[in-house]
Amino acid sequence: MAPAALPSSAVSLRGAVALSGRFPLLAGVDLEVAVGETVLVEGPNGAGKTSLLRVCAGLVPLASGRLSVLGLDPARNRTTVRRRVGLLSHDSHLYDDLTVIENVRFAVRAAGGDTSRIDPACERWGLVGRLAKTPAGKLSAGQRRRVALAVLTARWPEVWLLDEPHAGLDAAARTLLDQAVLEAAAAGVTVLIASHESGPVEELAARAVTMTGGRVTAERSLVPPSTTKAPSVAPGIAPDVPGAAREDGRVAHVA
Amino acid sequence: MWRDAALVAGKDLRIEGRSRVALSQVAPFGIVALVLFAFALGPDRQVMAKGAPGLFWVAVLFCTVLAIQRSVSVESSDGARDGLRLSGIDPAGLYLGKAVAVAAQLIVLEVLLAAGVVLLYGARIEVPWMIVVSCVLGTVGLAATGTLYGALSSGLRVRETLLPFLLLPIAAPVLLAGTRIWQAAMAGGTPASGLQWLRLLVVFDAVYLAVGVVLFGPIQETA
Repeated sequence: MAPAALPSSAVSLRGAVALSGRFPLLAGVDLEVAVGETVLVEGPNGAGKTSLLRVCAGLVPLASGRLSVLGLDPARNRTTVRRRVGLLSHDSHLYDDLTVIENVRFAVRAAGGDTSRIDPACERWGLVGRLAKTPAGKLSAGQRRRVALAVLTARWPEVWLLDEPHAGLDAAARTLLDQAVLEAAAAGVTVLIASHESGPVEELAARAVTMTGGRVTAERSLVPPSTTKAPSVAPGIAPDVPGAAREDGRVAHVA
Repeated sequence: MWRDAALVAGKDLRIEGRSRVALSQVAPFGIVALVLFAFALGPDRQVMAKGAPGLFWVAVLFCTVLAIQRSVSVESSDGARDGLRLSGIDPAGLYLGKAVAVAAQLIVLEVLLAAGVVLLYGARIEVPWMIVVSCVLGTVGLAATGTLYGALSSGLRVRETLLPFLLLPIAAPVLLAGTRIWQAAMAGGTPASGLQWLRLLVVFDAVYLAVGVVLFGPIQETA
């Protein structure tokens, strides 16, 4: 039997409208993101960037229009899509009474991820020693962000949805994040980065789309990321992750 | 489903082990309620013993509301509920896991409250196994309904007041059956009168567990 064809679009939205009550979160978004592509979604506050990412993650249903993530309809394949997508949002999704390592373990296990990748991911984000055993309730905002990033890199999903990824991070963590994004892109992961400050993240993406009033209103090409910042392979994650590139350049998915 | 249920139950019980909200706040609240009931009934031990079954289950109901609110609030901070949804965890497993964690806490609370009823009200238990079975079945019913209605109210700003309003009427059959079984267990003799109420609890539990397993996912997506 021939293998199932992989979708050419990782994310595809056609006339996507999403509502919160009567308030339009998305007002007819058309967007195609190819598998392995990194796209910057820019725009002012309230433009619909966060809503776009939440729609792509399957957290917000469409009122009308079409959405496909990795060739699947998130409304019909909710669990499958969510397990193949990772969202770094404003919230860190942490339990204050659990330690850092307990939070990461729980999140990775809940997502059906490979637990052998937890320790390398924590090491990458500096969540080792006493910090790993610290209750999340005692962490700073930046440290909580690092834990959320450790969950994302331990899970290593096929689509990364990063909402203001640099927010709350210090310079060292921002560099680590940039490296992780470039590494993921090199491995064939599709990345959507939402940011109202496009400058710092522009060099990570090959294309930028501008959102205004819940619509994509402009699009521009950026300098390919490989020419601006070579991916630095941090110890522990990239070489042995199931999400690493296969020979055909696509991302191997682990259910 | 079972793997996810075990994962969620373990997480919730670990959080309770750290925060000790049930032991340090809910249990003292239940004991205080029993003491206040005793004051209200007066010094007559016979009257207190006669009212003990109903007062025990009313105290358990109050504690259930607090335990469910705590279970809901754990998922409310820092977008934890969205985190669970994003993980793709089986909603049925999530429901069962949270219900098991609540039930485990309620069982501990019921042991303390039962001891309080015996000591404060002078209640004499003639058929202990009926008490144990009624507590287990009643706890399953309360955890099953409470977890479901907790999810229903979780996304609302008025959840603290809405939850007891929704839960207490629904839990009335547990209160009624539990009280009758305790009365039968305290009266001794033939447990036949208690058995029909035990059967009611079994049906109640089965119905609400089934409803919860089916509806928890859709409720979680819309709440």
